Order: sequence, then structure tokens, then C-alpha cells
Amino acid sequence: MKKLLPPLIPFVVITLALEWMVRSGFLPRYLVPAPSAVLRALVDSRDELAAAMVKTSAAALIGFALSTLTGVAIAVILSSSRAIQRSFYPYAVFFQTVPIIAIAPLLVIWFGYGMKTVIASAFIVSIFPVIANTLTGLLSTDPALRDLFQLYGASATVTLVKLRFPAALPQILTGLRVASGLAVIGAIVGEFIGGQGLGSVVDVARTQQRVDKVFAAVLLASVLGLALFGLINLISALTLRRWHASEATME
Amino acid sequence: MDLSIEAGEFLAVLGPSGCGKSTLLRMIARLSVTNGGRIVTEPEQFQTAFVFQDAHLLPWRTVLDNAALPLELMGAGREERYTKARAMLAQVGLAEAETRYPAQLSGGMRMRVSLARALVTEPRLLLMDEPFAALDEITRFHLEVQLRDLWQRRGMTVIFVTHSISEAAFLANRAVVMTRRRGGIKLDRRIDLPAQRTNDLRSDARLGHEMRLLMGAMEEE
Repeated sequence: MKKLLPPLIPFVVITLALEWMVRSGFLPRYLVPAPSAVLRALVDSRDELAAAMVKTSAAALIGFALSTLTGVAIAVILSSSRAIQRSFYPYAVFFQTVPIIAIAPLLVIWFGYGMKTVIASAFIVSIFPVIANTLTGLLSTDPALRDLFQLYGASATVTLVKLRFPAALPQILTGLRVASGLAVIGAIVGEFIGGQGLGSVVDVARTQQRVDKVFAAVLLASVLGLALFGLINLISALTLRRWHASEATME
Repeated sequence: MDLSIEAGEFLAVLGPSGCGKSTLLRMIARLSVTNGGRIVTEPEQFQTAFVFQDAHLLPWRTVLDNAALPLELMGAGREERYTKARAMLAQVGLAEAETRYPAQLSGGMRMRVSLARALVTEPRLLLMDEPFAALDEITRFHLEVQLRDLWQRRGMTVIFVTHSISEAAFLANRAVVMTRRRGGIKLDRRIDLPAQRTNDLRSDARLGHEMRLLMGAMEEE
């Protein structure tokens, strides 16, 4: 409760202020809907929005899971040798710089309308921070500890599993935190073109001048992003709390 | 440099910063390759342990799992590693702390875990690179007495790099002062002090005499 109250206060204040500004005619309601109208849209279109939310959540989660697995695997390969890193890292950066909105139509050509395109979009947008952070983590292993493992004859695999990977965990989780938000964005953008889920709701409501419904869908999308972010924070707290300063809850 | 070290010796290596003390240790541990020279050991293969300037523990592992790490890497079974690690932790006075994590320990306790980790394999040779440099003086005094005690009981060879003259004189049976120019030896001295070293010795005139000799060699550099 103590943690919930501080962010709740500005939320209530802004909501009330917005409601008042729209009702008094200060803000035209075809541009900004009153919070009460957004709530009504949420209730009226609950079946449609719930179904869209499920689709978007599934696509964002699958895309995020894929970029976590492939991102970490790519980082492990890149970290294994400087030559491999020099040759392939620039192509990993490609994912960071590619304007997803521009290649989304291409994804439709490749994967067709629907889920696959949306997942691909979420994946492309969210993989780079996983690769970059994991790689930084894997490359910054304490040299003394690497010497220690070498002294006791540990193989490269054992060193990876028992030393480099756990040591990189805080950075990996940072990457996942960034990627979780991006996966939701990627899914919504994919849905603009791929045609399903919350992205599609936004797109359709926009053409109907239903700003209240646009806001309702955007609200749900950010709830999804927050939930994913919260999930990573929970995992982070559970795995790091005993040893890393960022999660220290020592007595 | 030409240096021959007897088995069971406690050798302190002194010298100005950058003279190659740490490099020497790393080469003996076969963590660095020698540049032109040769290091011959008898027997050729034996268990070596290394203690670094800081404790360098794995922060995600408990004290017990840290102390057992070398045995784990060498493929020892669970039973054996924990029995040996527990025994070693008891010897450094950390039996009570085995379920704690490094972040919950003081600097001195962490260094003792590091020492237990080094000794858990019962090494024939223990290489130490300024292990107590980051500790406060009282903790350091305490650990020095403890190390000396462990050495007497176990009879391994210790090569101890330090730039503390008092530490070298207090701990070692033989002290070597290296020259600033890489690889030379300025002084090679057998430390003439009783085998049993306690904190009382710290104010003893004989220790003062040994320290003056070592300091003279250091200053000429």
C-alpha cells in the first residue's frame, strides 16, 4: 500500500482535472475524451477489448520469449571470440536501427496477416537490448575469477554456466526489462498492419473518430507493458536479492 | 631473475610497484606465459592455489558453496566437497557463517572465505598476491597470525607478494626484494625470527632489525 499510494495521487489528480477540463469545454471532446468516456468505452466494448487484449498479450509474450532465448544465445556466441564479435555485432545493431513500421508490410508478405507477423514484429523490436546487455554482462566477468576457474581446470562450458552467466544476470535482466516494453510496442505496431488485437482496435477506432475507444485500447496496452515489466522485476527480485546491490533487502 | 624455492618455505616477495611481483606469481601459477625464461617445478604437476588482492568470491553463492568451489570444479562429489569445505571454514573461524552470502560479510570475513577456498584442495603451493592489503590493520594482524598458523600445521609452500615490509618480516621465513628493473633480485634474506609468531613479536626488537634490513634494500631501489 505504501508503494502504491505515491503514484496513485498524481493519477487521481490528473484524471479529475482532465474530466473537469473536458466537461467545461476547455478541451474539445473529439480530441481528448473525458476519463469517464474512456471508462464507458472500456465497459461497452469489454468483449471486443478483452479478446484483443488476449491476442496482443499472447503475441507480445511469445515475441518477448523468442527474443530472450535467441538474444541470450546470440550474445553467448558473440562473446566466445573477438573475431566473431567483430564480424557479426554490426548486424545485431541492425535490429536496433530498423524502422519497424517500414518493414512491417514486408513481414505481412512473408508471414501473412495475423499472429505470425505480430510475433515477428515484437521479436525484431525487442531482441537488440537483450543481445547488447547480455553481451556486456558476459564480457565483464571478473578476470581474477576467470583465472581461478582456469587454475582448477574448468572447461569453457563450466565457466560459462557457473561463472560468466550468473555474473551477467543483473545485466541480462536489465536487457529484459527494456525488451519487455519494446515487445508490447512491437506487437501493437505489427497489429496495425497485421490486423488483430489492440493495434487493430486502435486503427479501426481511429477511422471512426472514436477517441474514447482509442484511449481505452492504449490504456490496456500500457497495462500489458506494465504487467510484463512487473514480471521481470519479480524475477529479478527473486534471483538477485541475496547478492546484488540493486535488489538488496538485507536486514 | 634466478630464484630457487624450497618445498615448505614461506617466501615473501617485496619490491617497488611495477617490478613484476604479480607477474611472477601468475607465471608460477601458469596463468601467464614466461617471456624467455623457464619455471621448473618438482614434481611437474601438483595442486596450486591462488589468493588475490580482494576476496573475489562468487556473490550468488553461500560461504559454504564458495569454499567448496575448487573441489566442485575438479569434479569432487557433493559429500566430499561439503565435508572438506566445512572443515576448512572451521579452521579459519567461519563455521557459523556457512549459509551467509558474501554481501553479508565484513572484508576480513570475506578474505577468510577466500583463504578457506584456496586451502580446501590441500594445495602443495599457495600463491598470495597482496591478500591483506585492503584490510584494516587489526583484521590484518589477526589474519597474518592465522595464516602463519595454518602454514605451520599444513607444511605447504607459500609465496606471498606484498609491499608491506612489516608484513613480509612478520610472516616469512625468507624474504626477497626485487629490483625496479624487471626481474632482478636486490636482497635474498633468511628471516631470523622464532618459528612461533604471535602478536607479541610485533613490538620485538628482532622484528625491527629484520624490517630495517628489508627497508634498506627497498630504499636503495
